[in-house]
Amino acid sequence: MVKFIIFYEGAKMNLSKILKNAFLVIIFGLIVTACATKKSVKTTTETSSTTTKAADTKAAETQKADPIEKLDALMQGDVYIGSDTVGELASGVPDRVFFATNETILTTASRETLRKQAAWLRQNSDVTVVVEGHADERGTREYNLALGERRANAAKDYLMTYGVSSDRIKVLSYGKERPVDSGSNPLSWSKNRRSVTVKAN
Amino acid sequence: MKNKLLLIVIFYFFLKPGISYSLVEIDITRGNLDPLPISVSPFFSDEISKEKIKKNLEIDNLGLEISKVIENNLRKTGLFDTLDKESFLQKPDIAHLKPRFEDWALIKSQVLVTGKVSSKIINNKDYIKIEFKLWDVLGAKMVDGFSLTTVPTNWRRVGHKISDKIYERLTGESGYFDTRIIYVAEEGPKTQRVKKLAIMDQDGFNTKYLTLGNELVLTPRFNPTNQMVTYLSYFRNMPRVYLLNIETGKQEVVGDFPGMTFAPRFSPDGKKIIMSLAKDGNSEIWVRNLETNIQEKLTDHPSIDTSPSYSPDGKYITFNSDRSGYQQIYVMRSDGSKVKRISFGKGIYGTPVWSPRGDLIAFTKLHKGKFFIGVMRTDGTGERLLTENFYQEAPSWSPNGRIIIFYRETKTDDKGQGFSAKLWSIDLTGYNERLVKTETDASDPSWSSLLGN
Repeated sequence: MVKFIIFYEGAKMNLSKILKNAFLVIIFGLIVTACATKKSVKTTTETSSTTTKAADTKAAETQKADPIEKLDALMQGDVYIGSDTVGELASGVPDRVFFATNETILTTASRETLRKQAAWLRQNSDVTVVVEGHADERGTREYNLALGERRANAAKDYLMTYGVSSDRIKVLSYGKERPVDSGSNPLSWSKNRRSVTVKAN
Repeated sequence: MKNKLLLIVIFYFFLKPGISYSLVEIDITRGNLDPLPISVSPFFSDEISKEKIKKNLEIDNLGLEISKVIENNLRKTGLFDTLDKESFLQKPDIAHLKPRFEDWALIKSQVLVTGKVSSKIINNKDYIKIEFKLWDVLGAKMVDGFSLTTVPTNWRRVGHKISDKIYERLTGESGYFDTRIIYVAEEGPKTQRVKKLAIMDQDGFNTKYLTLGNELVLTPRFNPTNQMVTYLSYFRNMPRVYLLNIETGKQEVVGDFPGMTFAPRFSPDGKKIIMSLAKDGNSEIWVRNLETNIQEKLTDHPSIDTSPSYSPDGKYITFNSDRSGYQQIYVMRSDGSKVKRISFGKGIYGTPVWSPRGDLIAFTKLHKGKFFIGVMRTDGTGERLLTENFYQEAPSWSPNGRIIIFYRETKTDDKGQGFSAKLWSIDLTGYNERLVKTETDASDPSWSSLLGN
């Protein structure tokens, strides 16, 4: 059995030589898509004892499964969990949280991020913020404006729960108008489904 | 044989004032399988007029240009086969007086258009007078015609008015050529698009930009009764519905709402605007009367309610809501009562727009990762998908309810490059899909009513 595990941190590609050409093609495809995220790729192969033969028969299957495995490292369900595009509201305080398709529910990780934002905002009581809500490009423009507003308010409500007063938080929906990633694929879309907390003063 | 497919019905024709009988008729209820052969003879001018017009407009042969406007309009309907001018046997001036029908029948033309352009001076100002005649070649009769006088710069509109007359006469439906399209002109990378309001003639000419691109603008829509436009602007980062007079350039915010207002559309009488107000994570549909300034909430539901559109009689509103869990199309009375879901097919449905004829609702549908533009009856039955693509939405009807214009965005490549947004049109039949050429990338088209005089 052959399996690709892809890490998105530094390092060069390290490729087992026992792979056949068919696999090289698949990996090349992976590199190309991974490069689109502007991260270098490390590809390692875990091979069991009966390598090449099984590899041949599994080629087609693997081809289908690979993109999903790749996304597993960066998406949970279809919520983005990577760090690409994530900026900082303040040192050590991420500025954004991500959402599942058509959803406004805050994930555990999102709530953690927002608690950090709330803590920082409580300490810096002169700061006001705008929470910008965004949607991916796979929806109609008007619905996405509403969805972005809903997402921004989900984040705002959570910040308020943790002690930030509502008059310090404005919401602004951009719908699908301001993607951060211009790709047309599930990973790009996951980065674009977001709410971003931006300092307003 | 060939006429059997198209159904060109021939009646005996009696010319009586005020009563129109058709000799040649096109059945446009089906896809065009055999377009009607039509000859548009160049409109002729006498030498003095020619000189004068050339001085005014810097156009050598205005009559020829007007005939090209007409030809282009008719050809793009898919219903007409405009014959090559090279094949015409008769000179424009003689044809306009009395065509030799045999000569036109010989090149298989069934209909002939002729005309004359002359210059006039009224109160020391230059005008042009355009005469046009529509001839039935097989019936050997003139079937329609008019003449009108206007300022020289209006010459393209004259071409459109003549096109409308021909279209009306031969199809029995009102035309849509003397109209404009307002849209959002787009430029720049996908992540930082600069958007401006733009307006152009229906055939892509006379593009004008109405905003500078300093703020994001979206979803312009025409008032069906005049040249006012409502749209969404992010002026001062406060997304609100605005009203714009495209003749004076004057703009004003619509109403005083405590949150983002968006998805505006006029009522059929042009006196009200319906839109969504998003506040505290909930979007509801509101209506504002522009005469009384009374605004009223029409929906009351914790879901997203947006993209409202009136029926042409003003009695109903269709909109989309995700109250069932996903975006679906609903219809309610215009006072907000009797809300009823009408879309039940697979997939999610958005952007319902009521046809000006009243019998259909155009929509966008997302199913299995593809976007469709389709139509359904107002009770949700008879769903018909007209076109499928990676991304397309925002249908808008031609004023005669015959054509749907929408925008389409392309998928980017692995590097996120290759994004574009363009306007497209398609017949209600699902035939005759066409790219609508614009100077820049374009989205959110809205078709005007027929312009007045």
